[in-house]
Amino acid sequence: MSKNLTLSVQGLSAHYGRIQALSGVDLVIPEGELVALVGANGAGKSTLLRTLSGVQPASAGAILFDGVDITRLPPHERVKRGICQSPEGRQVFGPLSIEDNLRLGAYTHGRQGVEEDLGRMFDLFPVLQEKRRLPAGTLSGGQQQMLAMARALMGRPRLLLLDEPSMGLAPLLVEEIFRVIVRLKETGMTILLVEQNAHAALSIADDGYVIEAGRIILSGPGRELLENEAVQKAYLGV
Amino acid sequence: MLSEFLQFLFSGVTVGATYALAALGFTLIYNASHVINFAQGEFIMLGGMLTVAGVSAGLPLPVAIALAIAAAAVVGMLVVRFAIQPAKGADVVSLIIITIGVSLVVRGLTQISLGKGTHSFPAFSGSEPLHVLGATLLPQSLWVLGVTAAVVALLGWFFSRTLTGKAILATAYNRLAAQLVGISTNKVLFLSFALSAALGALGGVLVTPITMTSADVGIMLGLKGFVAAVLGGLGNGLGAVVGGLLVGVAEAMAAGYISSAYKDAVPFVMILFLLFFLPRGLFGARVTERV
Repeated sequence: MSKNLTLSVQGLSAHYGRIQALSGVDLVIPEGELVALVGANGAGKSTLLRTLSGVQPASAGAILFDGVDITRLPPHERVKRGICQSPEGRQVFGPLSIEDNLRLGAYTHGRQGVEEDLGRMFDLFPVLQEKRRLPAGTLSGGQQQMLAMARALMGRPRLLLLDEPSMGLAPLLVEEIFRVIVRLKETGMTILLVEQNAHAALSIADDGYVIEAGRIILSGPGRELLENEAVQKAYLGV
Repeated sequence: MLSEFLQFLFSGVTVGATYALAALGFTLIYNASHVINFAQGEFIMLGGMLTVAGVSAGLPLPVAIALAIAAAAVVGMLVVRFAIQPAKGADVVSLIIITIGVSLVVRGLTQISLGKGTHSFPAFSGSEPLHVLGATLLPQSLWVLGVTAAVVALLGWFFSRTLTGKAILATAYNRLAAQLVGISTNKVLFLSFALSAALGALGGVLVTPITMTSADVGIMLGLKGFVAAVLGGLGNGLGAVVGGLLVGVAEAMAAGYISSAYKDAVPFVMILFLLFFLPRGLFGARVTERV
């Protein structure tokens, strides 16, 4: 097992004012793997993703992407290097059209290949093509989630960060979103999936991490974590 | 009767166009940073005063105008670099107070370097008035209105058709998401200040042959531009234009039918009533986002 590490996080901490939200997080994401990060509300999952994207400063530790230290890079430099995030709560540009939202997803690429990428997104999420001219704010929650994922994919991610893609969605839509995630994984994309829906996330993940109060308390192959008694008790309701 | 009304309308729309350009400047910066830039009036002043300086240094008028607008844009970027960025992380109110400080500095430096006198330069197409239904209309008014209309159309195109324009809008709608798609919010801030400084300066250039200029015209023009921006619903570009024209016309009507002594009071009375009864302005943001 000597795969290239796409991302390696070492001793990462982050604070909101005086409150420590992450303490000494270690995490590795090998190239082409799907890694799931599970944990309760407020455990620090979103903070970790925010810190990886650079919209939340790290107070200690290092983030290595392709072996390069990116801990202090501004967010747009990280997007240029291929770290693209679909954030919690979708965060679509409500008044802009769906197509504009997608084109902005490719902001760092100029024009090259954007039309082809748009076509791919419409294949992946046909409903977005039907509504491409409508303001994103008029979409349903599930459609906004698809748009947020598609917008992140337009950035041609080398590492895709997905924050709670199933949150607040009807079961049928959750299934569809997870089907897309599996499809992306099959194309060889490297993905970090953050979920409260621990069962679904760990079932499709190569590796999993469990975060509690800002610390990683468990890690291992997804299947193993699913069978772990402590995980079952705390997160799977078994 | 009609000719009198038309006369007031012409002068109101002309000065209102300047307010509209100032209000667009307020809107741009507000959208990019939620800061009310009270130095906006100084950009208007710089447009007029720097053109005067250029002309008296022997430059042809069009060159002097282009240089003045470019210089104002540079001043706008310097403001970001040396006044806004060092205060990074400060709350919005502090930033607003900083812009008031900036306006004092810009005004002071202009008084020192260009003097306190009142200046003007010749109108672009002479000052032989046109007669329309008994009212007179200066050719310069047509310049003001024509150029303002062209600029508004150009801005409309910029924000609805170019990726850069959409990136600025996206930053206004959702700053976090803008950062996550790779938009440099810093660059957006520089661009917004440069653009609104240029818009303000353009307004100052256009109106100077009619109203004349001096180092301290910025305060009043800036405040009235602010009233116009609020009237149109802060953050709304179309609203800024409509607000500017309304403020200009209301002011001219009050000056004509009541007394020119009350002219300057009109916008401020307007803003009081506005804040009481219509705090979101005429085209204020309506929340359409779903969560």
